[in-house]
Amino acid sequence: MTTELTRPLPRSWWLQKSPYFQFMIRELTSLAVLAYSSLIVWALWSANDKGPFSTFFDFLETPLSVWLHMLVLVAALYHTGSWIALTPKVMVLWQDDEQVDPDLIAGANGILFLAITGVLLWLVL
Amino acid sequence: MTEQAVLEVYRYLPDDEAEPRFQEYEFAYKDNWVVLDALNHIKTEIDPTLSFRWSCRMGVCGSCGMMVNGEAKLTCEAYVRDYDTATIKIEPLTHFPVIRDLVINMEDFMAKLPTVSPWLIPAEDKALSDGEYLQTPAQMAHYKRFSMCINCMLCYSACPVYGLDSSFTGPAALALANRYNLDSRDDGQGQRADVVTAHEGIWECTYVGECTQVCPKGVDPAGAIQMLKLSYALDWAKSLVMPRGGKN
Amino acid sequence: MKSKPDRPAPLFWLLFAGGGTASAMILPALVFITGIAVPAGWLSQNDLLALVRNPIGRVVLVGLVFLFLFHWAHRFRYALVDLGLRGLGSQGWLFYGAAAVGTLLAGLAAVRM
Repeated sequence: MTTELTRPLPRSWWLQKSPYFQFMIRELTSLAVLAYSSLIVWALWSANDKGPFSTFFDFLETPLSVWLHMLVLVAALYHTGSWIALTPKVMVLWQDDEQVDPDLIAGANGILFLAITGVLLWLVL
Repeated sequence: MTEQAVLEVYRYLPDDEAEPRFQEYEFAYKDNWVVLDALNHIKTEIDPTLSFRWSCRMGVCGSCGMMVNGEAKLTCEAYVRDYDTATIKIEPLTHFPVIRDLVINMEDFMAKLPTVSPWLIPAEDKALSDGEYLQTPAQMAHYKRFSMCINCMLCYSACPVYGLDSSFTGPAALALANRYNLDSRDDGQGQRADVVTAHEGIWECTYVGECTQVCPKGVDPAGAIQMLKLSYALDWAKSLVMPRGGKN
Repeated sequence: MKSKPDRPAPLFWLLFAGGGTASAMILPALVFITGIAVPAGWLSQNDLLALVRNPIGRVVLVGLVFLFLFHWAHRFRYALVDLGLRGLGSQGWLFYGAAAVGTLLAGLAAVRM
């Protein structure tokens, strides 16, 4: 029989400290990824013989669609920022006995993101 | 020139009281005192019944870890003057059972360390007459930071995954596995796989990253675990293409 | 207690990482396109339809749905565990299964064009 005291972690643990809260928000951005995937699936079904595409396109022009997109955009950018910041942890590069500055790796990924965004927008628009 | 400080200290005396409580101690402190100095002052001058662990008082032994205002710290490295001295809350390291006062049961942590086989597993046995293992400074640099762990367990206190599930192998043990996997003299990555790639190993980690934030020695256990995830995931991918090729 | 490797874990982690990278790099631009460019009139219905119908466009979109959904599945199931819903979060098959169904739906739509 033990007199040891266990202190269970409360379910609200992630609300107690800012780093934990930011972590949980980061994880929940995956819901935005889910939401946009649904939009892509809807677009694909609207574009085939099951159309019409105009129903889908008309929705995109509604204020509701714009508001939802803004929410998803904020979440997506939070995901992008946090993901790029973590790339140096998986991408550990060495130059002889010195580690390549992690900020350089994150920065390079950031530039890659801007380049990809630019190319995509230029291609489509 | 001395100032007053108040420590609000967690007390748990199971022989006398069933429930834990807080006890306030007010005292004059010197500007260069760390929280550990304050605790020792309390024990010698005010209340000898207070129990806590400490040893080197210089941040290398890992004994004096406690929660200071809710943050896992080595109390020998937490300066009293850096806090609002009107009240500083001292509690035992979270996520560990409390034996008494600020003393926690660390057996779970101690049991986990050897499970990652934290010793060199060379590719071939080498006779003494064959001489030493040679390693360049560059090769040592690859694993050096992961070798700096002082087993203070602050990372386990910071880790909510461990807080929710104590079967999680945890940051320090996994960082230690990475230290050996990255050592050029070692060839034991395959042998460590059973423990490291078990569900309670690296895959349970959700990269909260607080372990790295609280580590007093810059070990970066969160980074170590991500490196392990990628490394073992690539091992797995390679094993699909070449079943018995690569690591043992 | 002998540990045994979690055999499916590396696959789902790699998919999570691939989907995370793809969404990190590409999703903001996509959201801009359908959420701002279209309502602003910078992309016509015909042009958007042509992009979605384009054979390469179709493959890319289905591929993105695949990566995005498996990224969501892995991250979200562990978020549920961290939120205290270990019972639900530990049912990986629920989430990876949903991702597979979503991918199939996308693929089916693309094939029917």
